[in-house]
Amino acid sequence: MAGALIQTTDLVKEYLVGEQTVSALRGVSVSIRENEFVAVMGPSGSGKSTFMNLIGCLDSPTRGEYVLAGERISSLSGDALAAIRNKRIGFVFQQFNLLPRTTALDNVELPLLYGGVPAAERHERAKRRLIEVGLAERMDHNPAQLSGGQQQRVAIARALINDPVLILADEPTGALDSRTSLEVMALLQKLNRDGMTVVIVTHEQDIATFAQRNIHFLDGRVVEDHPVRNVSDAEALLHQARTPETVT
Amino acid sequence: MDLLATLRIALRALKVNKLRSILTMLGIIIGVGAVITMIAVGGGAQARVEEQIKSLGSNLMIVIPGSTTSGGVRLGGSSAQTLTEDDAWAITREVHEVQVSAPSNRGSGQLIAGNNNWSTVVQGVTPEFLEVREWPIVSGRGFEPQEVSGAGKVALVGQTIVRELFGGADPVDQQIRIRKVPFTVIGVLDKKGQSMMGQDQDDVVLVPLTTARNRLFGNPQGKLRRVGVISVKVRDGQNMKDAEGKIRDLLRQRHKLQPGADDDFSIRNLAEILQAQEASSKVLTLLLAAVASVSLLVGGIGIMNIMLVSVTERTREIGLRMAVGARAGDILKQFLVEAVTLSLIGGLLGITLGLAGSLAIGQFAGWRTSLSPESIVLAVGFAAAIGIFFGFYPARKASRLSPIEALRYE
Repeated sequence: MAGALIQTTDLVKEYLVGEQTVSALRGVSVSIRENEFVAVMGPSGSGKSTFMNLIGCLDSPTRGEYVLAGERISSLSGDALAAIRNKRIGFVFQQFNLLPRTTALDNVELPLLYGGVPAAERHERAKRRLIEVGLAERMDHNPAQLSGGQQQRVAIARALINDPVLILADEPTGALDSRTSLEVMALLQKLNRDGMTVVIVTHEQDIATFAQRNIHFLDGRVVEDHPVRNVSDAEALLHQARTPETVT
Repeated sequence: MDLLATLRIALRALKVNKLRSILTMLGIIIGVGAVITMIAVGGGAQARVEEQIKSLGSNLMIVIPGSTTSGGVRLGGSSAQTLTEDDAWAITREVHEVQVSAPSNRGSGQLIAGNNNWSTVVQGVTPEFLEVREWPIVSGRGFEPQEVSGAGKVALVGQTIVRELFGGADPVDQQIRIRKVPFTVIGVLDKKGQSMMGQDQDDVVLVPLTTARNRLFGNPQGKLRRVGVISVKVRDGQNMKDAEGKIRDLLRQRHKLQPGADDDFSIRNLAEILQAQEASSKVLTLLLAAVASVSLLVGGIGIMNIMLVSVTERTREIGLRMAVGARAGDILKQFLVEAVTLSLIGGLLGITLGLAGSLAIGQFAGWRTSLSPESIVLAVGFAAAIGIFFGFYPARKASRLSPIEALRYE
């Protein structure tokens, strides 16, 4: 299929808990095109996190096929998966997962370190990304000196550093207040408008409306997969919030 | 990922828990310090023995007369007068392992020079004696052949004599009286230091053998040319045991001893005794180093312990690093470099402690210590090896974490 960035076929993941086999995914076939903004939803235990881990190349499926940007992932070794995570995928986590006592700049540089990029180029590229996410003034700050929203923007800059084909965000707003959530979603929407494919996992209905397409999981299966009719514009909502009259 | 960046990460991680890093290093610091100090102490003991061997002359054997029995009372070693000057010349001539042998007589006497006097050991020797004992003359000259054959009244003096009798001034051409007989000092012997029994080897006067026999100790059987000791120097590379056997056979034959009869002389291999002493001091060094290494080992276990704690504490960090593209090998390298950095810094500080320790022991205990560069290289190499060895398990544990579980770790 032209433009299919992610193509999974009958993806199955089973865990061995004690002597029992627990199925986290029971045959998931999903296709995500380039430049889509998808929200994966579902209650805990529905398999949405497992699905994220698999398409993020953090884990290998028990059975089934996964093709990312034309490359068959299911059969790759650990080191090859690490290289794909490094070059192709940018991760954004609920808890930001920045290295403590390490400056924003160094945090953003981290993926380049494992990609074997020389020091001077690492600094240059990391600086550019931090300016893009609006943190030009805070490059030398440690995570402890940054607000939650700022930390998440550092994390997004880190995710973008290697020009990935895909941004995967696991509950990116889970640890943020509604205002900063809007800021982060606005940033993700902007990236998507600029051509980036974004997949987020969320259990918040409001957040899901910023995506173009929602996929619902339940008991390890996709139960619903539909486009969002009225995609919310985070930037516009932020503007509204800034205008005093609309505050209720 | 390049080593420099890995090293920087390691140093940063160690700086975060400064106190903990220092306490962990302490094990290695003390271990390396102890190893270096102990090797220095052992090396000092060894150097001392080696010096004694050197002062004795290498490959030295001495032959002394056997015992006599007088009215049923056995009088002990050297009480018989069975060795002659000719025995000494025969040994040189007929035992091919022997480089040179020297007969000598020994007595004591009062020395007078000017208005000083001093009681010392007087030895009657031939020029070969100095060769056997590897004893150079530092000023003046040795005995001339006609002085030896003609019982010349000339003497060589040791350093102690120079100090005690001449107040350190050059005694060459000075007159001394030995047992009231006037002699001319013709040379000064090099310093030998203490023998392994603690005797001052420099407190000695050497005179020609004939002079000692005819003018000083008045030997009633002078014609038989009895001597008290024959010193034998064996050629380099020759087996001392073989030489000893041949000397024994030769002397038994010359003394016309029946098979089965006891030897009327005995042969002492002094170098061998000292070499045994040297071997035992080597064992001592090894033992000290081994005991000290135990503390190095304990230090290594401390590193392993703290690295395991560190891996657990930083599980989320490991997960994140893996998520952004660190391979298992990168994680392994990171923790290994951290452990080795810890042990190497400890090792370098340990060298300082070891140097200070050996200096302090030399200063306060008065023991001789000898620092060898090898021991320092060895200790640091050992410290690095311990870092790798004890760092490997925690590092491998870290590298084998599953990224998902590591990211989720609380």
